[in-house]
Amino acid sequence: MRRILERLEALDRRIIFVFIFLSIALPLLLPVNMEFSVTPPVKSFYDAIESLPPGSKVLVSCDYDPGSMPELFPMNVAAFYQLLSRDLRVITIQLWATGTLLTERAMSEVLEDLPDKEYGVDWVDLGFKEGREVVMVSMGTSIPKTFPSDLHGTKVKDIPIMEGVNTFDDVAMLVNISGGLPGTKEWVLQVQSRYHVMLGSGCTAVSAPEFYPYVQSGQLVGLLGGMKGAAEYEKLVRRPGTAQRGMDAQSVSHIIVFLFILIGNIAYFSTKGMKKRLKV
Amino acid sequence: MRREIPIAICFLAGFSFILEYFIPHKQVLSVFETIRQWAIIVIAFAYVLGIANIVRINFHAIQRKQRDWPYKVVLVLGVFFMITVGVFFGGIGEETIFGWVYYHAQYPLQATMFALLAFFIASAAFRAFRVRTFEAGLLAVTAVLVMIGRVPVGEALWKQFPDFTEWIMNVPQLAGKRAIMIGAALGAISTALKVLTGLERTYLGGE
Repeated sequence: MRRILERLEALDRRIIFVFIFLSIALPLLLPVNMEFSVTPPVKSFYDAIESLPPGSKVLVSCDYDPGSMPELFPMNVAAFYQLLSRDLRVITIQLWATGTLLTERAMSEVLEDLPDKEYGVDWVDLGFKEGREVVMVSMGTSIPKTFPSDLHGTKVKDIPIMEGVNTFDDVAMLVNISGGLPGTKEWVLQVQSRYHVMLGSGCTAVSAPEFYPYVQSGQLVGLLGGMKGAAEYEKLVRRPGTAQRGMDAQSVSHIIVFLFILIGNIAYFSTKGMKKRLKV
Repeated sequence: MRREIPIAICFLAGFSFILEYFIPHKQVLSVFETIRQWAIIVIAFAYVLGIANIVRINFHAIQRKQRDWPYKVVLVLGVFFMITVGVFFGGIGEETIFGWVYYHAQYPLQATMFALLAFFIASAAFRAFRVRTFEAGLLAVTAVLVMIGRVPVGEALWKQFPDFTEWIMNVPQLAGKRAIMIGAALGAISTALKVLTGLERTYLGGE
């Protein structure tokens, strides 16, 4: 018995890897579609967009890379879908060079469902600009000067959607899909606190706790945290995507991690007790 | 003068951004707009400097056939290949060569690196969450509650689990987080003032 417990305490990590692999792969192959409710930060993000009058312009900054794509891409797609299906005008930018092609892909997925939406009229991609916080602040003085042309090189003054868009005063809301730095924290510090623009954020699960203070202070109108946040948001916009499909896998893998923590502690305390008894 | 001039530039640039933040008048902002444009240009030039640095360091390593030099060849070739296809072969877009390389090389590589985290985090959790002390127990219990409460299976076990997890996030977690943020902000202000006034000069190298 003691030997088994000692083996469990120092379990080979490859065994853990196998269990984690199976706990992710099997639910993806055999989904049961577990039910879940929507948490308040996600609901308030959704409600903030719903409250905007049709025709309002929304700036979406897609600042992430393929590493955080499983969590952030579904919420990016869902956000584009909600914005465009509500007849809001979408202006996208990227402060991460790796975000440009992901934004393009997210938008093309949405346009399959909303084929009547026209580039330059309903949405525009101003592309990537290096400069991080300086770009954010610069947009507060002049968006056309910070982004003089769109991703394809068309002058901003020749793009209908950009008519009347000069500063943050001319956008109804700012949405940030944040994979790290620069991201939501910088948008709050540099833009929201200075220009008081309505800001909503979608971020990775690991960085969500960092942004809860901003939700409570009202600096963020809503927060989509990780794949669960994305799945809840997909549920609200009624467009099931990869986040909802990933919920079963995430549930099972979390249970597996919990069981390993439990096994580790049982083995630890049992062997500790046995060692004490042997000493006595 | 080799030290005084950079310190003076740092002081002027730093204080201009502070002034801009605290005087958000339109006319003041338009004055600082030029400085911001300079900053964007300087940051863009940092890329050139970065590429030069990558080439310099890796070229030496390749020349001397240091450890892992074949990887460095791939790195240098990759840098120039992406610049070339981006600038001369159709720019950036899903249908371009740049897009193809992005989706067939960078995308799977980055996704793989991040996916590996799931395995290492599980392994680390198994070893790290041993309840050796009261504090460790508190950490382990909270971690498990949040972990289970934030996935659908938690809600299936107990209907109020997501609400309970939100309470943990909104009250104890937030209190701790806010304290850390305020502490870090005070530290950042102090460091920034030391840099701007020239008391902290490590960024100049040497000292």
